[in-house]
Amino acid sequence: MFVGAIFFPLLGAFISGFFGRLLGDKVAQWTTVLCMVLAAVCGVSAFMQVAMGGHPETIVLLRWMDVGGLQVNWALRYDTLSVVMVAMVTFISTLIHLYSVGYMSHDHTIPRFFAYLSLFTFMMLMLVTADNLAQLFFGWEGVGLASYLLIGYWYEKDSANKAAMKAFIVNRVGDLFFMLGLALTFLTFGSIEFPVIFAAVAQHTNDTYLGINSIELIGVLLFLGACGKSAQLGLHTWLPDAMEGPTPVSALIHAATMVTAGVFLMARMSPIMEYAPTALMIVTVVGASTALFAATIGCVQNDIKRIIAYSTCSQLGYMFFAIGVGAYQVAIFHLFTHAFFKALLFLGAGSVIHAMSDEQDIRKMGGIWTKIPVTYLVMWIGNLALAGIPLFAGYYSKDAILEAAFAAHSGVGTYAFVCGIIAAFLTAFYSWRLLFLTFHGKPRADHHTMEHVHESPAVMLVPLLLLSVGAVLTGYVFAPYFIGELEHDFWHGAIFNGAHNHIMHAMHEVPEWVALAPTVVGVAGIALAFVFYMLAPALPRALANGLRPIYLFLLNKWYFDELYDFLFVRPAMWLARVFWKVGDAKLIDGMPNGAAALAADVGRGAVRLQTGRVANYAFVMLIGVVIFVSLFLYSLFKGA
Amino acid sequence: MNPGFPLLSLLTFLPLVGAAIILSVRGEEKVVAQNARWTALWTSIIVFLLSLALWFGFDKSSAEFQFTEEVDWLPDFGIGYHMGVDGISVLFVLLSTALTPLCILASWESIGTRVREYMISFLVLETMMVGMFCALDLVLFYVFFEGVLIPMFLIIGVWGGPRRVYAAMKFFLYTLAGSVLMLLAILWLWYNAGTTDIPELFAYEVPRAVQGLLFFAFLASFAVKVPMWPVHTWLPDAHVEAPTAGSVILAGVLLKMGAYGFLRFSVPLLPFASAEYAPLIFALSVVAVVYTSLVALAQQDMKKLIAYSSVAHMGIVTLGIFTFTPQGLSGAIFTMLAHGVVSGALFLCVGVVYDRVHSREIARYGGVAKVMPGYAVLFMLFTMASIGLPGTANFVGEFLVIIAAWKVNPWVAAGGASGMILGACYMLYLYRRVVFGKLEKPDLKVLADLSAREYVVFAPLVVLTIWMGIYPSSFLSFFEASVAALLARHEAALNVAKLAGM
Repeated sequence: MFVGAIFFPLLGAFISGFFGRLLGDKVAQWTTVLCMVLAAVCGVSAFMQVAMGGHPETIVLLRWMDVGGLQVNWALRYDTLSVVMVAMVTFISTLIHLYSVGYMSHDHTIPRFFAYLSLFTFMMLMLVTADNLAQLFFGWEGVGLASYLLIGYWYEKDSANKAAMKAFIVNRVGDLFFMLGLALTFLTFGSIEFPVIFAAVAQHTNDTYLGINSIELIGVLLFLGACGKSAQLGLHTWLPDAMEGPTPVSALIHAATMVTAGVFLMARMSPIMEYAPTALMIVTVVGASTALFAATIGCVQNDIKRIIAYSTCSQLGYMFFAIGVGAYQVAIFHLFTHAFFKALLFLGAGSVIHAMSDEQDIRKMGGIWTKIPVTYLVMWIGNLALAGIPLFAGYYSKDAILEAAFAAHSGVGTYAFVCGIIAAFLTAFYSWRLLFLTFHGKPRADHHTMEHVHESPAVMLVPLLLLSVGAVLTGYVFAPYFIGELEHDFWHGAIFNGAHNHIMHAMHEVPEWVALAPTVVGVAGIALAFVFYMLAPALPRALANGLRPIYLFLLNKWYFDELYDFLFVRPAMWLARVFWKVGDAKLIDGMPNGAAALAADVGRGAVRLQTGRVANYAFVMLIGVVIFVSLFLYSLFKGA
Repeated sequence: MNPGFPLLSLLTFLPLVGAAIILSVRGEEKVVAQNARWTALWTSIIVFLLSLALWFGFDKSSAEFQFTEEVDWLPDFGIGYHMGVDGISVLFVLLSTALTPLCILASWESIGTRVREYMISFLVLETMMVGMFCALDLVLFYVFFEGVLIPMFLIIGVWGGPRRVYAAMKFFLYTLAGSVLMLLAILWLWYNAGTTDIPELFAYEVPRAVQGLLFFAFLASFAVKVPMWPVHTWLPDAHVEAPTAGSVILAGVLLKMGAYGFLRFSVPLLPFASAEYAPLIFALSVVAVVYTSLVALAQQDMKKLIAYSSVAHMGIVTLGIFTFTPQGLSGAIFTMLAHGVVSGALFLCVGVVYDRVHSREIARYGGVAKVMPGYAVLFMLFTMASIGLPGTANFVGEFLVIIAAWKVNPWVAAGGASGMILGACYMLYLYRRVVFGKLEKPDLKVLADLSAREYVVFAPLVVLTIWMGIYPSSFLSFFEASVAALLARHEAALNVAKLAGM
């Protein structure tokens, strides 16, 4: 069961990837779906046994490396933290597989798509069940690879290729720090196996490296690694571009799973992070800033998927600052609920795009809510959950995060709380902006497209409805376990809270207005969107014109891409050319060539012996070899 | 295996027998060519199968030289015919014997002229390579080390591209010039130690004063072979002009000779100088990684790009060797092996499209994935392996080296690790321009996917790449004992000096 949850997807990927053309599209895709269903069954029963039953387990599969004290195994670590992820990933991935059967039905290389999806799922599962940093890195890079393949799935599109490369390379920047953090971990602890590290943290709290506390430095390096994967401020630029991939990919990778890897890593390393207060402060500030920053951009984007992508970025920011204030459990809870409603939103958006003949610009939609009622309904549910309206899943987790930030009673905690509240307002605003522009008002699409607007087939609607159930219920059902009174038994020590960290209790004892604030600003955001896009549609345009610089600044995503292009891409290409044309060709080759010319001049005047033809030299060397061999034979015979 | 059985000599000289058979074939040109191909293939396969005895018979727990053979050659001069392998060299022998049949198979159709001579060159090359890794006598080593140049020079100069003569010259002169200094170092050792036997030399303590000089003499030769920055410029030219199989051997085995030299001579014989000049090597290695990765980014020729990437990877190798830690050395050796497989495979990938389109220019391609899906998958696998994706061969080595480098100096580690990012940039950029994109050029639309023969060539490399990535222990275990012994000796030498100083 434990092994099955992880390896069924790999089996599916293998069958579909290598025998897809042999089996045909239908068989290949249903094989992967079947494998995913099996994995999900295993995953959920593992969840029952490990998290609900309280029986963590580690299964060692194979020795990976063993070099001079560095021992690394391939192993599956099942504790509550990983099993939550396993159950969530397998479940959502199964639904997305199912949805893709409908969504990708017109594609030409269906087995390839499903193989990539399953491969991605496998890598994510390897990541979350890793028992050491190296295997975690395997999954980490593996999801990077799979997302590269999926973003660039339509490889004939230049923009898709560019986005895929960008995703991989920006992720690699984070990975560099991950790698360095890993190296420092090994240097500090002499091991990269979780049980060994976690047991030894307390003894190493005073170690320093380069004059900096080692634990702090590990925390910061790993966090920078997490920034790459989880698209935090600075390394977020790949996420919106990643929307070039097919929509199910956006749902799976860029909402429910891959981007959460960074959050997972931080939670997994909680025993280390708890001893790294400065690192946690950095995490809080970056997370809070990201939450706000991404929300501001989300308000002005026009591509339906990009809006949701920025909202993902923003929600990840929430999770990070939850971790920053020490509320790992809350972060994971938000990760869990977010996976459901974000997958729902993306798949819903996919359903819209499907209906609108592949149109993604919300300015060209509108007036379709009667034609696709189910999609309309699920988008409402998703948005309600995202905005944190009471009783929906997001309410429980997002409220808890903001309460935890408030309860931290620290400077950065307050900063995070303020950013979080503003972002919550903006989130509600842009979510309903999306909803109103997409479904209401006069149709802005051309006549031909409007005629073809149709509800998606059942194979797509069933996953949507199931996810809606999740988006409604997961918060209410699981809150007691993740962050409530049953928290201690549920986590079973999978997440470590230091002796000084009382946030899990303090967050329940905040003033009433703090608990109420997110809901109030959420409703206010919805109201504002209603005014802007339903009552007075001229207002947003006037505002955009009036505050043109700000509008452009937001529309161009704070000019991050341009900045990076200027700072990194161009100089690198320039250096590359200079090194090649000047460094190699002129300087390095110049000297020997000059020396050769000089030698040739001297040689021409003086010696005729040297013919200057290398072939002759080779011949002379050959003779030399012959002489050596003869000498050898001679001595052999002499000996005999 | 019977201890008296001269297995290594057999491995070394059996290819020459094959070459002699090919030489003796007479008749119509076509028939001769076909016979030459088959003879060469069978010879190399037999050699490979025989060399498997090393894989199974090698005692991994021992750091001693095994399968040794010793015959007096020039006893008056203290020079003997001494062969043997230890954990460091044994896998390189296997790498050489494994790559040769693949190369011969890869040249099956692409070489149409002077097939007989080509196959003879390849077999002679195999003799030299295997001999070099087995030699336990400095003079013998030198003979093989230089002997490798001859067939390689011919392969590039005769069957190469349009600028083959320039490239062959450059290759030859660069590598030869370095070796002259090494010859002086060997003479010095022989003169002072009275022997050229390598195990005996290990016991000889080179006076501290001359260690530096000898170190640079060896460095001159090995740095060119590795190649280290800034003596790397011969490599791109040689690769570009060499035929595909030539590039495979060049990248797969010949580049390893320099690093092998460091491991075999510089580090054990000259512990002080090695420790003293390690920072210099670090500097050169980091420059190699960053500089050549950037240069690779700007290339417009596929082979040149991969050639530059080789220089960057070898930077990781030299970095690892001079960390003097078990992880660093094991990582370096593993990277050498992995690079031998992966870059060899990448050159074969280039060869596949070159055989069809006869161009190495990147801009000439685009959208190949559409017509050659099988090829696209393989190319992707090796691209990812080159980038060092975990689960593939290169990762393990790179990972170990970076961990080791961090112990020595974090900036060196960061510099070495920056290759992770840059490597991803140039390889993905290459892949995107060749395989992805819209298939627009009319002559590309009719390209055939891989043939059965090509699949056969790639299959072992695919298996090795993944095997080395998932279960590297089966390779790491070979050199663990030898690396530990090497390090123990290195530290002991340094400690003795410290005690003497007190």
